[in-house]
Amino acid sequence: MRAPKLHRRLFVNGLFRAGIYGLAFGALLPLFLILFDVFRKGLPVIDWNFLVSMPRATGETGGGIANAIVGSLMLIGLAAAMAVPLGVAAGVYLSEARKSRLAYFTRLAVDVLQGMPSVVIGIIAYLWLVRVMGKFTALSGGLALGLMMLPLVVRGTEEVLKLVPAHIKEASLALGVPHYRTVLRVIIPCGLPGIISAVLLGVSRIAGETAPLLFTAFGNRFLEFSPLKPVGSLPLTIFTYAMSPYQDLQAQAWGASVVLIVLVLATNIISRVVITRWKIQF
Amino acid sequence: MVTTAMPQPVRPVRREQQAPAANPPAAPLPETAHVRTDNFSVYYHDHPAVNRVTLTIPAGKVTAIIGPSGCGKSTLLRAINRMNDFVPGARAEGQLWYCGQDVYGPNCDPVELRRRIGMVFQKPNPFPKSIFRNVAWAPKINGYRGDLEELVERSLRQAALWDEVKDKLDRSALALSGGQQQRLCIARAIAMQPDVLLMDEPCSALDPIATAHIEDLIDQLKTQYTVVLVTHNMQQAGRVSDRTAFMYLGELVEVDATDIIFTRPNNPRTQDYITGRFG
Ligand SMILES: Nc1ncnc2c1ncn2[C@@H]1O[C@H](COP(=O)(O)OP(=O)(O)OP(=O)(O)O)[C@@H](O)[C@H]1O
Ligand SMILES: [Mg+2]
Repeated sequence: MRAPKLHRRLFVNGLFRAGIYGLAFGALLPLFLILFDVFRKGLPVIDWNFLVSMPRATGETGGGIANAIVGSLMLIGLAAAMAVPLGVAAGVYLSEARKSRLAYFTRLAVDVLQGMPSVVIGIIAYLWLVRVMGKFTALSGGLALGLMMLPLVVRGTEEVLKLVPAHIKEASLALGVPHYRTVLRVIIPCGLPGIISAVLLGVSRIAGETAPLLFTAFGNRFLEFSPLKPVGSLPLTIFTYAMSPYQDLQAQAWGASVVLIVLVLATNIISRVVITRWKIQF
Repeated sequence: MVTTAMPQPVRPVRREQQAPAANPPAAPLPETAHVRTDNFSVYYHDHPAVNRVTLTIPAGKVTAIIGPSGCGKSTLLRAINRMNDFVPGARAEGQLWYCGQDVYGPNCDPVELRRRIGMVFQKPNPFPKSIFRNVAWAPKINGYRGDLEELVERSLRQAALWDEVKDKLDRSALALSGGQQQRLCIARAIAMQPDVLLMDEPCSALDPIATAHIEDLIDQLKTQYTVVLVTHNMQQAGRVSDRTAFMYLGELVEVDATDIIFTRPNNPRTQDYITGRFG
């Protein structure tokens, strides 16, 4: 009586397990296919020269994407400089004032901002900065990306600070440490790994954005370090090179894609490591 | 930082006064009120968790608060150092005095109040820091100007923990046992040099040996501090407290010298609770 039942159960179990593995593999497959394709086409283009030299004149072969790499890093830096202080402050506020009416509306506003299409954000940055200053600048691109990054930092900070154990906070308050100092010296340090990882995830989210840069940072074929001038960026380079009729530039677009993907993967991996390895110690 | 509004604490009952009064014939009136409540209530939203309690907590004594679960002991205790300020929906009514100062009045600085009134929680809650930094952190942040190492040693000695940890002060406090952690939390509270210590079931997470340790400690502490102890353990209240308050459904049923409460309480409900014939 028991043996057939057992066999049946083992069979169903095996079937179920195979199904789960199959579906998991199916979910991962597109990622691997994409990575495989991009790396196959992009890696041959990449060498040291590609990373550190400037684009050649149209029609000439060779040249690199140094302008785009520098521009992207600059834009990310500007975006983070705007989004991190504001976002962390708002996140701290939301986690401390959980029930207040203002917190409710802040949360709502942040969620709406998060759902805002990136093109619209680009137009807003265009209106606010480009029109006012009368020129395309890295600053306006940074603003657009910063606006995209802001909700991620706010909500990430809020969620992670909510996880800081209440009894640690109470211990500090009960010792006569003022609330603001408890926040600065206990709650934020306890949540720091999570905040850092939220920021890094925000960075990886905006690193590949193209649309908001089209009419803000605009693009630049030359190396530019001033935030008040237009700058190039990796996504823009990929966009323009991929649309160009020259085979050499199309190949370079694949190379730039690899660079961008590696940048995004690296920030993701770093944020994972920070979250799991960082001991809470303040 | 230091507010002028807070009067200097009375540090009245010390050894010299205690010696003659050590074995009072009958329940004496509390000598010096250290904390006093007058028709004091705490509401969570509209539900009164502490209802019109009038209670005097004398200086230099151990006052135990007993009563069934949910009767408002913790709420009352946390009202004394205004920890309920951080509970959404909590609201106090009536008067609560600390050293003659209206704790809920406009002149009271709750931060300063919490420096004077230390608190030990039910579950040991050391910071995820070294043992040394657990004790030294709050005094340092609050501008302590003396020798920190000396302060840490003194506090740990008072908490009867020094001998066990003196060789590993830089180790994480989380590596200590539960009982050691609780004594560390007591040392941490003592290091702020408070004059009242509030303890909310400090032994409920501990085994009998660690409990005995803490009880000895409370006995020592009352020579220097006013202690308010919430406990579910009748024997513990009987062993360590001088006075016992019995609460029921948010109300203070009876408060008196501990031996009176445990031998001939006035109120039949107290009798029922103490003898375990409750409900
Ligand atoms: N944060 C809160 N919000 C709303 N109600 C609360 C809150 N904390 C406690 N209460 C309510 O207040 C009443 C008293 O709670 P309190 O924690 O003071 O009881 P207690 O005597 O300490 O009980 P125990 O012995 O179980 O610790 C209970 O009815 C409880 O449900
Ligand atoms: Mg309680």
